[in-house]
Amino acid sequence: MSNRLINWFKFASPATFYPLAEKIWRWSTLIAVVLIAVGLYMSFFVAPTDYKQGEGYRIIFVHVPAAWLSMFIYLVMAFWSVVGLVYNTRLSAMMTSALAPTGAIFTFIALWTGAFWGKPMWGTWWVWDARLTSELILLFLYLGFIALQGAIDDTRRADRAGALLVLVGVVNIPIIHYSVKWWNTLHQGASVSVSSGSSMSSIMLWTMLIMALGFWAYSIAMAMARVRCIILERERDTTWVSELPEVRQ
Amino acid sequence: MSVAEFFDMGGYALYVWGSFGMTALLMGIEPFLVRGRRQVVIKRVARILRMNTEGKR
Repeated sequence: MSNRLINWFKFASPATFYPLAEKIWRWSTLIAVVLIAVGLYMSFFVAPTDYKQGEGYRIIFVHVPAAWLSMFIYLVMAFWSVVGLVYNTRLSAMMTSALAPTGAIFTFIALWTGAFWGKPMWGTWWVWDARLTSELILLFLYLGFIALQGAIDDTRRADRAGALLVLVGVVNIPIIHYSVKWWNTLHQGASVSVSSGSSMSSIMLWTMLIMALGFWAYSIAMAMARVRCIILERERDTTWVSELPEVRQ
Repeated sequence: MSVAEFFDMGGYALYVWGSFGMTALLMGIEPFLVRGRRQVVIKRVARILRMNTEGKR
């Protein structure tokens, strides 16, 4: 038992995590490319036309995965914030920072594709409905986190302030998730749920899940690539960084 | 299904391609931004290293 704990904590050191992150980055990039290629093919050539929304519904294959990831990445950031505040590990704050831009991009994609779906189906690009508004707040939380980290020079303080902001904002995630149940929204309810299964045809569901897994692998790849940059920036005065082949040239 | 029909997306062309296009654009740009950041960081660290070794000499 203690042996396994030691092994886990070994990777909390930036020096040991740096090469591991490269391996994870490589593999997740490969997985992302394959899954997204398969997902796109299925989105356009395998999934049937919807009987109500025609071809317009195909937006779902980027909209739903992006929206899931926008919330999931925030939860992962909240997890690393807790770990950072409790154990004071340097790597956790680096992981939180590495995830934020990708989370912001997926939140923006969810809002953008939502607008492009709302226009033909609801007749409007935007409404101040609970689901849309809480997702917009999520975008501001990501941007706020990035701005806050950029505004504080002392990394330790920036990390703590960022972690607190993420944890205060995490209350928004259940609000986004349950908004379609709690309020009478224009946004439709969930088509896929853990408790009651799915109301979609199975081929549509599979396409969406493959795209979601592809986006998930993409997020891991981006976070790993970015955390490697952050590790180099923050550990630049250490011996192990000065011995890396890429900086010795 | 012809190519023209495919791109027309049953009249939803603007909405479908507007959605997939923006997604492809952002997910296509992000890896290059990260790559650029890595190159900048490596250059900076390499410069600091060179300065330190020259200083010691």
